[in-house]
Amino acid sequence: MLRRAILGFAMCLAATVAVAQEPIRIGEINSYSGMAAFTLPYRNGWTLATEEVNKAGGVLGRKLEVVARDDAARPEDAVRLAAELVTNEKVALLAGTFFSHIGLAVSDYARQHKVLFVASEPLTDALTWEKGHRYAFRLRPSTYMQAAMLAEEAAKLPARRWATVAPNYEYGQSAVAAFKKLLQEKRPDVSFVAEQWPAQGKIDAGATVQAIALARPDAIFNVTFGADLPRFVREGTTRGLFRDRPVVSLLTGEPEYLDPMKDETPEGWIVTGYPWEAIETPEHRAFRDAYRARFNDYPRQGSVVGYVMIKSIAAGIARAGSTDTEKMVDAMGGLKLATPFGPIEFRAIDHQATLGAYVGRTAVRDGKGAMVDWRYADGARYLPDDAAVRAMRPQQ
Amino acid sequence: MDSALATLRLMAAEPSFALAQALTGLASASSLFLVAAGLSIVFGVTRVVNFAHGSFFMVGAYLAVTAIGWLGGGAAGFWGGVVVAVLGVGLLGVLVEVAILRRLYAAPELFQLLATFGVVLVIQDGALFLWGPEDLLGPRAPGLRGAVEIFGQRIPTYDLFLIAVGPVVLVLLWLAFRRTRWGVLVRAATADREMTAALGVDERRLFTGVFALGALLAGLGGALQVPRETANLHMDLNVIAEAFVVVVVGGMGSVVGAYLAALVIGVVHAFGILLFPKLTLVLVFLIMAVVLVIRPAGLLGERGAASRQGAPEAPLRPASARLRWTAAALFAALLALPAVAGGYVLVLAVDVAILALFAASLHLLLGPGGMISFGHAAYFGIGAYGAGLAWKWLAAPMVLGLAVAPLAAGIAGAAFGWLCARASGVYLAMLTLAYAQIAWSVAAQWLAVTGGDNGVLGLWPAPWAASPAAYYYLSLVLCGGGILALRLLVHAPFGQFLRAGRDAPRRAEALGVAVGAQQWLAFIVAGAFAGLAGGLFAYAKGSVFPTYLAIPRSVDGLVMVLLGGVQSLSGPVVGALAYVGLADELARGVALWRLVLGAAIIVLAVAFRRGLAGAVGDAAARP
Repeated sequence: MLRRAILGFAMCLAATVAVAQEPIRIGEINSYSGMAAFTLPYRNGWTLATEEVNKAGGVLGRKLEVVARDDAARPEDAVRLAAELVTNEKVALLAGTFFSHIGLAVSDYARQHKVLFVASEPLTDALTWEKGHRYAFRLRPSTYMQAAMLAEEAAKLPARRWATVAPNYEYGQSAVAAFKKLLQEKRPDVSFVAEQWPAQGKIDAGATVQAIALARPDAIFNVTFGADLPRFVREGTTRGLFRDRPVVSLLTGEPEYLDPMKDETPEGWIVTGYPWEAIETPEHRAFRDAYRARFNDYPRQGSVVGYVMIKSIAAGIARAGSTDTEKMVDAMGGLKLATPFGPIEFRAIDHQATLGAYVGRTAVRDGKGAMVDWRYADGARYLPDDAAVRAMRPQQ
Repeated sequence: MDSALATLRLMAAEPSFALAQALTGLASASSLFLVAAGLSIVFGVTRVVNFAHGSFFMVGAYLAVTAIGWLGGGAAGFWGGVVVAVLGVGLLGVLVEVAILRRLYAAPELFQLLATFGVVLVIQDGALFLWGPEDLLGPRAPGLRGAVEIFGQRIPTYDLFLIAVGPVVLVLLWLAFRRTRWGVLVRAATADREMTAALGVDERRLFTGVFALGALLAGLGGALQVPRETANLHMDLNVIAEAFVVVVVGGMGSVVGAYLAALVIGVVHAFGILLFPKLTLVLVFLIMAVVLVIRPAGLLGERGAASRQGAPEAPLRPASARLRWTAAALFAALLALPAVAGGYVLVLAVDVAILALFAASLHLLLGPGGMISFGHAAYFGIGAYGAGLAWKWLAAPMVLGLAVAPLAAGIAGAAFGWLCARASGVYLAMLTLAYAQIAWSVAAQWLAVTGGDNGVLGLWPAPWAASPAAYYYLSLVLCGGGILALRLLVHAPFGQFLRAGRDAPRRAEALGVAVGAQQWLAFIVAGAFAGLAGGLFAYAKGSVFPTYLAIPRSVDGLVMVLLGGVQSLSGPVVGALAYVGLADELARGVALWRLVLGAAIIVLAVAFRRGLAGAVGDAAARP
């Protein structure tokens, strides 16, 4: 009898220890097969961060484990996988996503099922504003913030007549809308004389370039990226569209989009991006060295996003002292942490992180595209005032 | 509209601009033609609609970038690289033909479409594996980098080169088919395969040659795109949709027609961008729909042979006692499912039920109807949007939303079915695809109403159906009821008339069956049930997105029906179960899952044409 009791007690103890050592699981969903150029460096980024956290003893004495899923760029698959991760894999929270609409779909699942969701990459403003809610947080600077960084630079140009070219979906449309509004606030004399809306990935570059040239703008705001960008750049260069015409361009400085253009990178475009070679702050150097040592490759923008995502989650759980959803959500609001880009904060008011971006000019260095004359634009400076945010964000 | 008028005013002030824009359109037309010509030739001779043609185009671009890199810069390196790429893609074409398509020439079109779609998936992952995820920028063509000024407009010299390439290839093809012995034999084999073989011609080798030629042209198209764009992993599906449009508008099998259609589309597109910059996606499909409604066989196409069906089927029998008992036992087991399984199993079960209804509705058209619908996702998506928009704009409760879904999709089925009335076979497939693409473009680009890509969010079930078990029961009842209703309809006179119209349209007409009306009705019924599935899906996922009516969803439906077996009425249910299970397992655990899925689809189309339910039925029928 006594032996049995002791045995039972020992088993209970073992079970408790096992629970304490069981890893904290993070459910991660991304478009691995659909957006490989971004997601592979991104996967490296979160792998590195997870290893670093676990080497330092994990969080709350438990190791972190990322359970990753491929949504194949379909929002309905992402929602199904979210359910699978939460109910089958018993993850403590959801994270990731690339496309804005998939981010919104998972965010809505999180709202409905009261699960914490840390969106890493989707840029849509709706995620933290119009469709914002208690359980969703976002890491990257939103479309509005990046457009604001560029509008600030654009306002310094003498140009008055502007043309825009943007992919015809939510991202392109909201980027153009934000840029227009912010630039005209600073420069009432500015007018927009032409708009082009190529379908994402299917730009008819020659015809688009011609159509812009017809309006004879003083400057151009570009939102196209990915496969569309090199086509637009080549046609525009050949047809002389960019001669004596400044171009302001969203995301073009990110290695994912800059590197494929090699020596044909257009010179002097004002862009947001990530000049990984040139950032020599101690935080960034440590990150870059660790990344190169681990993967024998240089970091892309996606690597930083994946890395900071895991570091943010680890810091949030540590601050909450628990993996209880409500406690984690409370701890994430106002969470401050250090990143390779410098200190950031997940704002309590709208759950948007103040991670910034680098604003500079494109140039060709040693036959490769690079960013020069850059500065770090702290995300906190490019957000609307609190009253405007409250007006946009549904209040509980 | 104002901006369109302003643009017109600008153009009137600068007439040379219109010329430049036309030249730009002609250059795009040439690129389009190169891809479309190969597709059209392959179809004209082998009657195979090759979905993988876009993949050949993509491989051509990748190979060219790599080969030019190896051979070094300069004119010799560039053009040498193009030649290497073209020959490489030709070889790939031979491989695909010998390994897969050769076994499919006698099969119904559907299996050919599916097998080549499997090839698309395999090549996608193969390219990712070989060339990596990053877009590859190749060099520009030496000597053709600059631009010339024509009436003050800068036109890239490479565009002028492309404008010339189109007609040159057209003439060469014409000479090859009209003036060479090989061409004469190919045309003979096209007209009468058996007779050509009887005269001692190895027609298998001829077909391989034709397929290689088609692949070669696609490879050339891809390689010549290198100076204009990066080689990237999205090229295949981007180009194939437009190439289909060109081939169908021109008339399938007609190379001259393809050139004409490419010209029309290239130029209309170039000016369309100016006047309606937001409608770029819809424009090409609108052109195709208009042309096909007026000329069902395309601009220069001949009225094709009637679509081929598989072997004649045995007459339908009411379900055997054994099948009834099995179904009843299965239903009882499904009722008990929430008691034993929780959470994710129920989520998956809801998906299976919904997709089974979707597949069953498609089966009505494919099986008893004998009509290939390649755009069935349209009804699924329209049902989902019906429910979603009723909720978003009218605050309709769930029950009303689920009633709106089949209604909206049924109306869409009536409209599309009416517009498709004169088409059959591959033309019907392409026409349904065009309507689905138009519906998709509307959903994706009409931001004010549909919310565009961001979709309709927050569409969760009413409180009484919110728990996973409750929603599972709701789906089970509605989907099970829908599948049963479809089954009853197939056994009713309506279904018998439909089958008669499929197997012997003239005899059926002579017996007084209004075949056209029955087929139209089938479109409406299939649309309505697909819409119901879409509505349920919308509430299960809490949201509606344009992807619900995109091409991959239509393909999902086809794969499920074929996996289960076209000739079996229980096929769609078995197919949905197998497909959801397979896709779920693969997506969770396998890195190159598209490769595995593609290979599975190919094997299915080549070796197991009767599907899973068919195989089980055969085993059961054996003494």
